[in-house]
Amino acid sequence: MKKVRMKKVRLLDIAHARSGDKGDTANVGLIALKPEYYPILVKHVTAARVARHFKGMISGPVERFELPNLHALNFLLHGALDGGGTISLKTDAQGKVFSTALLRLELEISK
Amino acid sequence: MKSQPATVRIAAGQGFWGDWLEAPYRQVTGGPVDYLMMDYLAEVTMSILQKQKSRDASLGYARDFIPLMERLLPIVVERGIKITANAGGVNPRACAQAVAETARRLRLGGKLRIGVVTGDDLLGRLDGLLARGHELRNLDTGRPLSDVRDHVLSANAYLGAWPVVDALRGGADVVVTGRVTDTGLTLAPMIHAFGWRPDAWDLLAAGTVAGHTIECGAQSSGGNCLVDWERIPDLANVGYPIVAAAPDGTFEIFKHPGTGGRISVAGVTEQLVYEMGNPAEYITPDCIADFTTIRLEQKGKDRVRVSGVKGRPATDKLKVSVAYFYGYKAVGTLVYAWPDAYKKAQAADRILRQRLADLGLKFEAVLTEFVGADATHGALARAATPLDELPEVQLRIGVRSPDKPAVERFTREIAPLILNGPPSVTGFAGGRPKPEEIVAYWPALLDKRMVKPCVEVVEV
Repeated sequence: MKKVRMKKVRLLDIAHARSGDKGDTANVGLIALKPEYYPILVKHVTAARVARHFKGMISGPVERFELPNLHALNFLLHGALDGGGTISLKTDAQGKVFSTALLRLELEISK
Repeated sequence: MKSQPATVRIAAGQGFWGDWLEAPYRQVTGGPVDYLMMDYLAEVTMSILQKQKSRDASLGYARDFIPLMERLLPIVVERGIKITANAGGVNPRACAQAVAETARRLRLGGKLRIGVVTGDDLLGRLDGLLARGHELRNLDTGRPLSDVRDHVLSANAYLGAWPVVDALRGGADVVVTGRVTDTGLTLAPMIHAFGWRPDAWDLLAAGTVAGHTIECGAQSSGGNCLVDWERIPDLANVGYPIVAAAPDGTFEIFKHPGTGGRISVAGVTEQLVYEMGNPAEYITPDCIADFTTIRLEQKGKDRVRVSGVKGRPATDKLKVSVAYFYGYKAVGTLVYAWPDAYKKAQAADRILRQRLADLGLKFEAVLTEFVGADATHGALARAATPLDELPEVQLRIGVRSPDKPAVERFTREIAPLILNGPPSVTGFAGGRPKPEEIVAYWPALLDKRMVKPCVEVVEV
C-alpha cells in the first residue's frame, strides 16, 4: 500500500478572513491567500469541521457557501453571539473576531 | 436629454455614525469626485433617534451631520458635488430643515436644493398593518410581532435606491433620507447618471456590489484588513474608498492620491464577504445581487476593477427593522495581576456567582469572560495559551434580566470583591457599572405595496 505522507497546516498560514454579524449569527468569510490554496479550503474546511472547531462556542448549526470567483468560503455560525447585537453580553457581541478564531484551525493535508 | 457621463465617481465619507470626522472633508477636497455617500444608520441607531424625537419633536436625526454640512457645503456647492446620506434617521424633514438653515447662514441661498426621502417610518402604522394581517414575523425566530407589540420603540422599512434617484432627478444636490439601505445611497447616483432601467438587474446588482464595497468606509481601503496588515502604509492618513462607475456596470475602487491605506484584491474581498449571508442571494429592495459572479482584478496601485456582476429581479417584500424594549443588562470588570492572575479572576467569578445565588437573584443570562485569556476566542484560546504566567487578566461579568432591581443589585456586588475577595486586584476607577436598557432588534418582511416612499425637493 502506498503511504500518503501528511503535514499539518494552520489555516492562518494559507487564508485570511473577516467576520461580522446578522442577529445571533456570526459570518466568517474565509479567503485563500493564494488561488492554489482554495481547493484545500474547499476540501478540508467543511461545515462539519468548522462546527467541531467551535464546539461549545456556538449553539446552532454551521452553514457553508462557496465563492470560487473570490477563492473564498462563507460560513454562517448560528447561535454564536449570545443573542446578538444589543442583547449579547459578550465582548465580541458583533462577531468581529470569529474570523481569527477560525484561523486557529489546523488541517492535516497530504504533502 | 443631457449626455451620459463616461464615469461617475462616488466617494464614501462615513461607514457608520461615529466614523472619522475628517474622512468626508478629505473625500471632497483630495481630488475630483461627483458624489459623497454617507451611511449613518445601524440597526440600533433608529431606536436611539426615536427616543430623542419623542423628547423633542425637532430631533431624531444624526445631529453631527449639521456641523459637517457647515464645513462641506461651501466646497460641494463650488465643485458641484452631490451628497446622499441617510442621516435623516426618524426625522429626515427636520434634518433637511437644519441643513437648509445652515446653507442660508452660509449665504448659499439659491445655490442649493435639498431632497428629502421619507415613507420608511412605520411606527404610526403598525397596528393598522397588524390588523390587516401583516404579522411581521421575526426572520430569525418566526414569532409574530404581536408578541412584543407593546414594547416597540421604532419600526422602519428599508427603502432602496429609487426614491433617492427621484430626488436627484428633481434636482437635489443634497439628499437626506430615513432608513434607505446603505447600498441604495451608492446605487442611486449610478442609476441617475446612466439612466439605468428598473429591470436592468445586472446593472442594479453591480451598483449594489459597489455600494457594499464602500459602505463600511475604510474597511475596503486598508482599515481592519488582516492580510499583510503591518505593511499597510500610513493608516493615520488613510484614504477612504471611491467608486468610479461606468455605464456598463463595471467599476473601479480607488482612493485619492497621497493618502494612506491600501486598495487591493485581498482587502476588497474581505469587505465583500463582510456580513455576508448566502452570497448568491444578496437581497436588497432594488435587486438580488449574486456575489458568486463578481470578478476582481488589480488594475494598478490602489486600484481594483470589479466586473461580471449578475443580478436577479427584486423580491416583492421589503425588510423591516423593528426596535423594541427587551430588558436590562450590566457588565462589571475587575483586573487581577500576576501571580496566578487567571486563577484569581476565576475564584472571584465563583465567589460573585455564589453571592448572587445566595441573594436569590434571577437572571436570564450571566456571562463571564476572562479578558486576556479567553474573551474573544473562548476555549480555543485557553487550549492554545499557557494561562499560568499571564501578567494580568480582566474579569468581565455581565448579567441580563427583565428585572431592573436584580440588575441594579448585581452592579453593587462587584466593588466589594476588591477588599473581600482574591488579592492583587485593581482597575475599578470607572466606578459601579450602570444598568443599561436593552433595545433589541426584530427583523421582518413586509409586502412592498404597503410602503409608499415620499420624495420632496426644496430650494434653499
